[in-house]
Amino acid sequence: MNASASRLSLCLLITPFALWILLLVLLPHLQMLRVSFQVRESWDTISWGVQQYQNFFSESYYWRTFLRTGLMSLFTTFLTLIIAFPIAWYIAKLARGRAKGLLFFACLIPFWASELVRTYGWMILLRESGLFSTWLQYLGFADGPVEMLYNDVAVIIGLVYNGLLFMLVPLVTTLEGMDDNLVEAGYDLGGNHFTVLREVVVPWAMPGVVSGSIVVFMLTLGSYLTPILMGGKDSAWFTGQIFTQFITRFNWEQGAALGVLLLVLSSVMVWLGLRLTGQSLRKVMG
Amino acid sequence: MIRSVPRSSSFDGLYLTYLLVFFVYLSLPLLVTAAFAFNDASFPSLPWKGFTLDWYFAEGSGRTGLFHDDGLLSALWVSVIVAFWVTLISVALGCLNAILFERLEFRGKELLYVIMLLPLVIPGVILGVSILVFYSGMANDASSLWGIELDVFRPGLPLVVGGQVAFITTLCTLVIAARLRKFDRQLEEAALNLGATPVVAWFTVTLPWLLPSIFGAAAMAFLMSFENFNTTVMLTGSDTPLTVALFNRLREGSTPVLNAVAVLLMVGSAVLAVLVMGRSSESAR
Repeated sequence: MNASASRLSLCLLITPFALWILLLVLLPHLQMLRVSFQVRESWDTISWGVQQYQNFFSESYYWRTFLRTGLMSLFTTFLTLIIAFPIAWYIAKLARGRAKGLLFFACLIPFWASELVRTYGWMILLRESGLFSTWLQYLGFADGPVEMLYNDVAVIIGLVYNGLLFMLVPLVTTLEGMDDNLVEAGYDLGGNHFTVLREVVVPWAMPGVVSGSIVVFMLTLGSYLTPILMGGKDSAWFTGQIFTQFITRFNWEQGAALGVLLLVLSSVMVWLGLRLTGQSLRKVMG
Repeated sequence: MIRSVPRSSSFDGLYLTYLLVFFVYLSLPLLVTAAFAFNDASFPSLPWKGFTLDWYFAEGSGRTGLFHDDGLLSALWVSVIVAFWVTLISVALGCLNAILFERLEFRGKELLYVIMLLPLVIPGVILGVSILVFYSGMANDASSLWGIELDVFRPGLPLVVGGQVAFITTLCTLVIAARLRKFDRQLEEAALNLGATPVVAWFTVTLPWLLPSIFGAAAMAFLMSFENFNTTVMLTGSDTPLTVALFNRLREGSTPVLNAVAVLLMVGSAVLAVLVMGRSSESAR
């Protein structure tokens, strides 16, 4: 190909990319940032200022929910990792042949249903008239209906459930790439279970752990259905507040500021995660 | 703990129990959701009152089955239309992006690649909100400044499609680019040596190689669009897609019709997944 032809093909290919990324991602986000610094003084006069951000810090309801959402997302990510790791290890290292494929396949099945259906399933199980409550009464552990829905534990159960697949797939992939001889060498050199896990397995699995954790954290932080439907009166979620500002109160300026804050939180956490483990976004996602 | 390292039998027992508990945890919510779609009671809870197909086919007599529920059926149709457009646009953009990043060399490629990945690390709610602010704000300004009504930019199906395309395109790009990376470029050069023009070589050699990944990306895009809630709910207008309609129903109270819809969705995704897997294993042979 000569120079002008390759220049032409570059132009032809970069135009759709640029249109997509500019019109649907970059410009909308810049506009959201701009709106978050607007202060509406009356219906047609707008001035600039940081009032929306001041509201965030002065109203404890906002920043408490923000903090709560962040911490609960971190905890959910950690719990998902702990629950998923032994399963990933079994699939990657202990199961063989057909069993391996079947087990991996079984892990994927819940994700044929949407988040709404999964959350609905948990509601049927956990609510006062739900299955667990009925079973507990039937077995004689409870005298009356037991409400297990509408609290933080229920929310975390649902969130972990939503995140599992996104943790399992990268973990299984990286663990499968590990040579069993490394583990054996660890034991031969006198390591016990704990030291082999710490010195051999975890360092090897780190890329999988990081990419799984980032995706799960992002999904949890940005989830809406599970915390709103399964949480109680006191368990607000930050995405719920953004939704309220935009859809219920029509306060776009405040909503945009809250959106920017959530975006900053998620970006900072992803960046920290990558930095602390020496990974790059390209390696983890691409 | 690999196969060659000896393990105690009690450890093995514990491990297998854990595995069993895990898979029960994984399947229980879906199993109960599916089961109550066939329970002959007007509220999805125990006791079991017998098998019925009322929640699909009943008409009148106090029960309206899914296939006679106009609200849900039209929401289903809206979802199909949205998913169709999202699939078409994202797969097309994904193909072009894959060629851009796998085949061409240009300045700033690394940076653009990272920008291409950005939609994956933006929470879906924020993506929806930012598009709402940008386009609806534009429509508001156009209306108040010049009296022009840009209804396309008001919350509605075009914005829903746009919001979903924003992040599904990245996924399609990754899937198709992964396949293009494995392509042996000598095949294309052979076609060129044999007298094919670049366009002919592309359509007869490269595109057939990419097809399995294109089908895979299309199935994934369709499912992700169909199931998306977070971005969609911010951008939807009077025509609500299925997930949003289901959410609104669920807030009013649950009925077995919702379970029936859930079963339909699960069967639909399963069929799509099996079709795609069948195709890709066929072409791998």
